[in-house]
Amino acid sequence: MDRNRAENYPLRRRDVAARLLADRGDMLVVGGLGAPAWDITAAGDTPLNFPLWGAMGGAAAIGLGLALAQPARRVLVLTGDGDMLMGVGSLATIAAQRPANLAIVVQDNERYGETGMQTTHTAGDVDLAGMAAAAGFPVVGRAADEAEFEAAIPVIREAAGPVFYNVKIRAEMEDFVMPPKDGAHLKDRMRIALLGPDAAV
Amino acid sequence: MRNTDINWSDEIFAVLRDYDVAQVAYVPDAGHSRLIDRCIALNEITTVPLTTEEEGMALLGGAWLGGQRGAMLMQSSGVGNCINMLAFTKTCRFPLLMLVTMRGQWGEFNPWQVPMWQATPEVLELSGVITMPVDDAARMGETVAAAARMAFEGPAAVAVLISQRVIGAKSFGK
Repeated sequence: MDRNRAENYPLRRRDVAARLLADRGDMLVVGGLGAPAWDITAAGDTPLNFPLWGAMGGAAAIGLGLALAQPARRVLVLTGDGDMLMGVGSLATIAAQRPANLAIVVQDNERYGETGMQTTHTAGDVDLAGMAAAAGFPVVGRAADEAEFEAAIPVIREAAGPVFYNVKIRAEMEDFVMPPKDGAHLKDRMRIALLGPDAAV
Repeated sequence: MRNTDINWSDEIFAVLRDYDVAQVAYVPDAGHSRLIDRCIALNEITTVPLTTEEEGMALLGGAWLGGQRGAMLMQSSGVGNCINMLAFTKTCRFPLLMLVTMRGQWGEFNPWQVPMWQATPEVLELSGVITMPVDDAARMGETVAAAARMAFEGPAAVAVLISQRVIGAKSFGK
């Protein structure tokens, strides 16, 4: 197996994020630690984004709590393969709850991008979509090229979930596009946007 | 002395209702079994069993982002699993209400439960969590209510440490 194969994958992370978030309406978005947080910020920072500067392994579970609390809104967790592998048990927790409004999308570049592009387990045979399917996610997909990703977008945005999509993206570093860093601010701005000006305690 | 006349689980349940707790995350403990059953039976509470305790901090952070209050039921043996994600709670200043049964503390027959109980108060304090021990069932209601008020009206991360003297030592029916 070529563990460097991801360097030639056709899909690009910034384009994937921008297209998933285009015309997003009132969708809530959690961006996983590292590049996915920069990617959702590059697509346009808003109080409805919750980018993570830490909490590795926690993106999917944060999305679950948010989706359960806001069942009328679409919740998208956009995260990386390293974060998802660290919190892989949360796939079972989510599948057991079956929130129809939650979509988990892994931008899988088979790398730990922020630490020197070391390969993750998905550079081998580990298949996160297969793990989500085995956990019991009712909607699971894989996208590795333009046609597959184009077909994935409406499923991720609208299908009754929980949805899990693994999107293979090129292993590459993009420019940092940094969101606000203060976690309390990121929390309060989303609560104010959702619940009104009194929501910041 | 163990006060068996007071059902401490019901007192905790009443506080969770008073504070409109809508998501209850848990990794089970025998001591919490009655409370878990009561939460499952109530439509207004979504119960979320976890694969590991650290999911609870992430889940309840997400719940708060979306406007819901949560609580975490667990045993001291799982406190070590929380450490990393307690940094998330602290950094974002999320409220957190943890109800921790102190497995290993008093008459424990299983020595594998003892080290994490012994480390629990210091591990939580080092991680930024206020700890409130309860070793008398008669003080459960007021202590959990005080913890809930500090958590949700602070915000603060607060753990009520429920003594094994309150729960009773596990015996496997012997």
